[in-house]
Amino acid sequence: MIFLTRKAEFSSSHFYWNPQWSPEENQRVFGKCANRNGHGHNYTLEVTVAGEVDPTSGFVVDLKELKDILEREVVSVYDHRHLNLEVPEFKSAIPTTENIAVAIWNRLDNKIPNARLHRVRVYEMPDLFADYYGEP
Amino acid sequence: MKAYLNRRYHFSASHRLHTDVFDTAKNREVFGKCNNPHGHGHNYTVQVTFSGPIDPATGMVCNLADLDSFAQENLISRFDHMNLNTLDTFADKVSTTENLSIEIYRLFQSFPAAHLEQVHIEETSNNSFDFAGGRAPLEMRTPGTI
Repeated sequence: MIFLTRKAEFSSSHFYWNPQWSPEENQRVFGKCANRNGHGHNYTLEVTVAGEVDPTSGFVVDLKELKDILEREVVSVYDHRHLNLEVPEFKSAIPTTENIAVAIWNRLDNKIPNARLHRVRVYEMPDLFADYYGEP
Repeated sequence: MKAYLNRRYHFSASHRLHTDVFDTAKNREVFGKCNNPHGHGHNYTVQVTFSGPIDPATGMVCNLADLDSFAQENLISRFDHMNLNTLDTFADKVSTTENLSIEIYRLFQSFPAAHLEQVHIEETSNNSFDFAGGRAPLEMRTPGTI
């Protein structure tokens, strides 16, 4: 079995806010991430898939096809968007790095032919990133 | 949903690889230039991985500000711009990055808000070390055993 990882990038804005809490509580827990006009990051996405090498093509997956899937399912939806305001899954979930990783998993799961989604890794910054392996 | 949060911290420190178990010639033979008497230094990067359920109220495995304060108090303030050999933990151990990885793993284990999975330490851009409490690091485990 081979593990293959493809990167993609998107730049988005967001803020952290729990509508069930008071403004003071949001400020206390989330600090400057709660600023209501939002802020942004250059995100890097790493998608790892696992599969067997096709003996004819020598591929696990066609990288061009994987690139197109990432573009269609994730980048075209997230890039240069405000995650809280413009991406449906973050109407109800706070767009933390953890939740973005889960949301991207849900967008990609079962959409990659001939390979199993193994890990979604989302870098908010080089020093902060979250992983999701599809675990409940 | 169980997720994994990775955070990287940076500190700079000096050290010297040397053990009183060996004589001068043996120290030189085993440790080479790392045994030079006045030590040398590195820019270390420490990457910690914590796991846990995503709290639906915060969207987080643990609050990053809490983890950063913990790291500042327990890692950065203790190790940054220090000579590792002078620290209590290296009084009876060689200050290799293997031993440093185990010490830093032990130290982050007491962070209360999430489960420590592993530490990954880069001593230079060419040398890195992983310690996951005796298990293989996540990236190197057999598929399906995560």
